[in-house]
Amino acid sequence: MKKQIRIRINGFEYYVLIKPHWTLLDVLRDEIGLMGTKKGCDKGECGACTVIMNGEAILSCLVLAIQCQGKEVLTIEGLAQDGKLDPLQDAFVKQGAIQCGFCTPGMIMASRALLNKTPHPSEEEIKRGVSGNLCRCTGYVKIIEAVKNASTMEIIK
Amino acid sequence: MRGDYINIGKRLPRVDGIIKATGEAKYAADLSLPGMLHGKILRSPYPHARVFNIDTSKAKRLPGVRAAVTGKDTIGFKAGGISVQGDEPYLALDKVRFIGDAVAAIAAIDEETAEEALDLIEVEYEELPAVLDPLAAMSEDAPLIHDHAPRNISVKTDLSYGDVDKAFKECDYVREDRFETAPIRHGFIEPHAALASWDHSGKLTFWGSKQSPYFTYRNMAKALNVPLSRIRVIQPYIGGGFGGKNEMFNVDFCAALLSQKTDRPVKIVVSQEEVLFAYRQRHPTFINLKTGLKKDGTLQALEANIIADGGAYLSIGAMSLYLMCSFFCLPYRLPNMRAKGYRVYTNTQPSCAMRGHGVPQSRFAAEVQLDIAAKEMGLDPIDIRLKNALKPGETTPNGFKITSCGLEESITECKRIMAKWIEERPKNGDPKKKSGIGIGCYGYVSGPRVAGHNTAGAVIKVHEDGGISLTTGSTDAGQGSDTVLSQIAAEVLGVHLEDIRYGMVDSDITPVDPGTYGSRVTFVTGNAVRIAAEDVRNQLLEVAANSLEANPKDIVFKDRKVTVAGSPDRSMPFSKLVKIAQYSGTGKTIIGRGYWAPEGLEVVNFETGRGNMSATYSFGAQLAEVEVDTDTGLIKVTRMAMVHDCGQPINEMLMEGQLEGSAIGGIGHTLTEEILRKEGQTMNASFLEYRIPTSLDSCKMEISHTETCDEVGPFGAKESGEGIQVSVVPAIVNAIYDATGVPFKRIPITPDVVLSALKGKEV
Repeated sequence: MKKQIRIRINGFEYYVLIKPHWTLLDVLRDEIGLMGTKKGCDKGECGACTVIMNGEAILSCLVLAIQCQGKEVLTIEGLAQDGKLDPLQDAFVKQGAIQCGFCTPGMIMASRALLNKTPHPSEEEIKRGVSGNLCRCTGYVKIIEAVKNASTMEIIK
Repeated sequence: MRGDYINIGKRLPRVDGIIKATGEAKYAADLSLPGMLHGKILRSPYPHARVFNIDTSKAKRLPGVRAAVTGKDTIGFKAGGISVQGDEPYLALDKVRFIGDAVAAIAAIDEETAEEALDLIEVEYEELPAVLDPLAAMSEDAPLIHDHAPRNISVKTDLSYGDVDKAFKECDYVREDRFETAPIRHGFIEPHAALASWDHSGKLTFWGSKQSPYFTYRNMAKALNVPLSRIRVIQPYIGGGFGGKNEMFNVDFCAALLSQKTDRPVKIVVSQEEVLFAYRQRHPTFINLKTGLKKDGTLQALEANIIADGGAYLSIGAMSLYLMCSFFCLPYRLPNMRAKGYRVYTNTQPSCAMRGHGVPQSRFAAEVQLDIAAKEMGLDPIDIRLKNALKPGETTPNGFKITSCGLEESITECKRIMAKWIEERPKNGDPKKKSGIGIGCYGYVSGPRVAGHNTAGAVIKVHEDGGISLTTGSTDAGQGSDTVLSQIAAEVLGVHLEDIRYGMVDSDITPVDPGTYGSRVTFVTGNAVRIAAEDVRNQLLEVAANSLEANPKDIVFKDRKVTVAGSPDRSMPFSKLVKIAQYSGTGKTIIGRGYWAPEGLEVVNFETGRGNMSATYSFGAQLAEVEVDTDTGLIKVTRMAMVHDCGQPINEMLMEGQLEGSAIGGIGHTLTEEILRKEGQTMNASFLEYRIPTSLDSCKMEISHTETCDEVGPFGAKESGEGIQVSVVPAIVNAIYDATGVPFKRIPITPDVVLSALKGKEV
């Protein structure tokens, strides 16, 4: 009944036995133990489970694990490199863009995908880029500032 | 007096920022234990029904199922918020009272098996007529939801101060309106989750998404009938609460009961859909309001009649209704006031506290009516507020003692900003888009005394490298209190924020605490932390004085050093001082302790309401600018300004974040959010259909605070971020009134409502 898939997560190769109806989110959390990706609604409405798959921001609760055969997935845990925070993570911390933190991993991954494609986004592009990620705490003001700031930091870099 | 601080008032990143940004912070649903089972809850499909028999035998026979529990497996404890007499069983005993009420629970080896087992439980219901309309609920012949509550009245309040009838007769202007607010939800993204582990020595360890873990600590002991000290509640990170995670819920109880039955740890994570139809909401209200003024705009009298829909259970409703009624006394001088309120049971989700707790509903009505009155009397909405604004030293007729108060300055600053905005308005805009600016004001509490125990405690342990561990009984549900409390400890001890390690609630270790509600943590717990840190400082003072050969009163703790005042060369690092203290003689252990509660506060009688419930009150004024599209009825909030008196902000960046979140949340409450039900069934139990604001709804904010400093608050601080929720809604509604000439009296104001109103129909 279980099937094996091969999936690359945060640079590591995994062979995972899955049931066909399991979502990528379930596999990340329950099989791999990467709890940074959050389950907010489990039906594609809140964005808390956003990860990057083959360069695209996706909602991991809407993708079946079986569709991920051979795919490359980046989660919040894979973002910091050599103990150094990603500029987005750093900006979120320093700009006060985090409150309860539950939406934060999804928000940062959605922003990461945005900056990968559009390194110098306008405010409107940032707002659109994270509009699928709900946050009740911050009112988005400081999140938008943080993404803007991170994009400038990356230009300097 | 505001001081020269190294931590206080600074824009410091939060202490839990990095682990939240990296996904390392663990929330209740992220936790697991070896051998853990997964639980699911069966919920009532009927709004009102008698429960006769529950047969779980088929469910129990499903392979993988380890236990099934119903009300019969409980001692029948009924929860009731802060009230002694509760009415809400964690599992239905004889009746179910709303769609979503918990009936039974299953523990199984995985979630799928537990889910499958729910379908095998057979419940014999006898449907009863449902009471869904709070007005109809109060009629003599309405079916009773609770036998103890005639006419389905859950709580009533009748506050009366001054001579209201006489005052109205002497008024030059009197008007009466009926306002209505819809049921809305807290909107946190993290669903309720609980992990419980019962052991054979008779102890329960519990991790849950609770913003006030000691509520659960107490109720868990009562509901399981075990001694309080055998319950250990440990707090993980909390994914937002806003009042909706205060109380202990069936998810918490069922995890514990199932663990008791199975001798295995049990985790239950409810789905967001369940959160949205089976847990709490903000009280929807009908408010009849009558206000009387002198022709110069002086407020003379106010009379309010409120009916609040409490849903199926009491929850914290006595407090909610009291706050709705009593907060007509803030933030304006009001010599004569009468507010009568009924909280009514209906067969819907229970209503409870939510950000602003009851006050947003009544102040929406009062602030909007004030603008209508001002316009009809030819007065300026800002001037009328300035005229009536409370000042320091005044006492409201119900007994609120106003100490520090920067309301006048806040309104004056808003007046300046409004003039600037009017100037900046584009001259040749699209004629189909009408813009307007509105104002709203508020006064709010800093830690109300709602029951006997109002004290917060703090313990500080100093490590021999100079690092500091701080624990309190308070919970950061996202608002930033772990950081603010750490800043307070750091300031007193003259160290840096990164030297403090904040330990979250563990009821076995941390001091008992009322919880995170009523904007109490910074104010009350902050003082406890200050005292604990002073205790540490005093323990180190003597050692420092001896080592530096100085008078103890000349020792200054600053910048990770102790220095003799006036002699910068006589100094040593804080870490060295700790080491000396720790190793002098046979050795010392440096542990500081502090507890604090404001003196002289009364436990307010919720029915009659006289008394001072908070040691200080915060104030503020808020502006909103809107653009109304007359073709589509769509309203866009284009910018907002908030000027408030929060005393000395401990952390300006976190304070701004609180205000921004409150303000954007308020846009949702005003324009889009409403729980829609059909025959008791929630029709929009999803974030797709229940629209909370997204980043596209966010707007520019101008935030500033008055130069006030509270005498009682830690370093002069008081409430911030909850009170502002009170003024957001009326500021937006008044802006729409300014733009369209229509004073909307029901929220939310959706496009169809706008279009009907613009066509001249009744709103």
